[in-house]
Amino acid sequence: MSVEVSETRLFWNGFAENRGAVGGLAVLAILIFLALFADILAPHSPIDQFRDALLRPPFWQDGGSLAYPLGTDDIGRDMLSRLIYGARLSLLIGTVVVTLSLALGVTLGLLAASIGGSVDVAIMRLMDIILAFPSLLLAIVVVAILGPSLFNAMLAVSVVTLPNYTRLVRASALSELARDYVTASRCAGAGPWRLMLATVLPNCLAPLIVQATLGFSNAILEAAALGFLGMGAQPPTPEWGTMLSGALQYLQRAWWMVSLPGLAILVTVLAFNLFGDGLRDALDPKLRR
Amino acid sequence: MIRFVLRRVSLVVPTFLGVTLLAFMLIRLVPGDPIEVRVGERGIAPERLAALRHDLGLDQPLWRQFLHYEGRVLSGDLGQSVVTKEPVWQEFATLFPATVELSLSAMLFALVVGLPLGMVAAVKRGSAFDYGLMGASVTGASMPIPWWGLMLILIFSVQLGWTPVSGRIGDQYFIDGGTGFLLIDSLFYSDDPGAFASVVAHLVLPTIVLGTIPLATIARMTRSAMLEVLGEDYIRTARAKGLSGFRVVAIHALRNALIPVVTVIGLQTGALLGGAILTETIFSWPGVGHWLVESVQRRDYPVLQGGVLLVATLVILVNLLVDLTYGFLNPRIRR
Repeated sequence: MSVEVSETRLFWNGFAENRGAVGGLAVLAILIFLALFADILAPHSPIDQFRDALLRPPFWQDGGSLAYPLGTDDIGRDMLSRLIYGARLSLLIGTVVVTLSLALGVTLGLLAASIGGSVDVAIMRLMDIILAFPSLLLAIVVVAILGPSLFNAMLAVSVVTLPNYTRLVRASALSELARDYVTASRCAGAGPWRLMLATVLPNCLAPLIVQATLGFSNAILEAAALGFLGMGAQPPTPEWGTMLSGALQYLQRAWWMVSLPGLAILVTVLAFNLFGDGLRDALDPKLRR
Repeated sequence: MIRFVLRRVSLVVPTFLGVTLLAFMLIRLVPGDPIEVRVGERGIAPERLAALRHDLGLDQPLWRQFLHYEGRVLSGDLGQSVVTKEPVWQEFATLFPATVELSLSAMLFALVVGLPLGMVAAVKRGSAFDYGLMGASVTGASMPIPWWGLMLILIFSVQLGWTPVSGRIGDQYFIDGGTGFLLIDSLFYSDDPGAFASVVAHLVLPTIVLGTIPLATIARMTRSAMLEVLGEDYIRTARAKGLSGFRVVAIHALRNALIPVVTVIGLQTGALLGGAILTETIFSWPGVGHWLVESVQRRDYPVLQGGVLLVATLVILVNLLVDLTYGFLNPRIRR
């Protein structure tokens, strides 16, 4: 038990040294808080239209008021409330996409590594095919087939990011399978399931955790791009990318409609990337002294 | 070396077949029968429908349809657009130079800015410059491209009025014929000296937007590759011989640091084409990315099918080229 504690300690010390990573973690904590308590924190409903307050600027500008702290959009919806509910959607998108592609990727990667032969070839060729498409283009194709919606966008992004996980799991599982402790476990009579899931998989976790964290930022960016192209979440859903696409024509008249949703995406993605980088450094024993 | 080339090339064949299978399936998975979509509201007699289905081979078993499609693709027939009735291949060929021009320009921008920045950061490791650049680089890699484009338009086009908002060249210029690369055509196929300036002005913002993510990646890669190389013995030897710091870094170290950077550049092709979809949409750039997005909006599925196939094939070929070059440069990976 004492060994485990010092491992955690070591990890945290390594992680805390990286100020960017700690900052990223703090921003993520705030975002999760906003997402969980959006119903309480948001001053208005994200889809209520205040017809007497169209295109109001943020409160510090002439004509702005604290009733709509970050202004309103072209049909009078409160920007701050939409942004807060957008945090909920973005975190949801990240979670669903990462869970889906992680679950499928781990399964396929372990299958490829443990069975080998033609199964391995078939799985890895399939991944090569997915990788031959620019990810956004493949996501667009999937959405073209399934129809534009938030759920289909999440499915599309999961498909697109699948090869990252499959390749990663296969590579680390293969290198673990060659180790003595796996042979020992096999000699002790461990069946293939136990061998892969209980013996090999836990030792492949570190790179997977890092990949999954960075996968959040990827998923949020891709889903926002689809939303911007009109192929993701549909209006009036307060998804940040979809909000951007609606704001295009108000570029000159209402800077806040364009700037704020994008800024929210940038801050969120940046936080995940900084956090992920910090995790990678802290989890990599080679970098730890 | 020949064995390496053959093996690497043979790996491409199943991938290409898979890509065509996916393109083939695409049009079958899209909701709606191709003929009913074409007929629209007018309706069609059942006998006529059966005859049309037969003409198009839609009554054949799927595997035979696929073989037929494969044969057509390999002979260069990608079908025609439902909207314009033009062959898909011809539309692609007209628009492709615009995408290449933008992509090359973005890559050049990323290289010219990213390489020196990464080098300086490595040499001044731990300095404020180093931290600043690494911060900027992770920010660049996190950038939502649509927003970045809109912000630049807001600042430079709307507020300052320095650059045009969309397109490749001002309306007043007319260029007849040429290569499709307007940077070249505006110099040689136009009498108006303003044409070239107009092309450059239109190119600046899209270049920055598309080049941002490669720039962040290249600066980061150059820095880490440089740091690794600077720790090598031969660099110490070079310094001990009394060579100037600049010469050691710019000549001795850079050469070896470039190898991983070149690989990254090659592998960015896919990302660049993906980014072009967004960049071209923001700036109404008449290229392949914009065309593909429009094909989805217009439900022009033959265009989407053919375009997707062409882009994926392009990515496969470029990746093959990168691998072969890498094998050529580094004998160890030929095994």
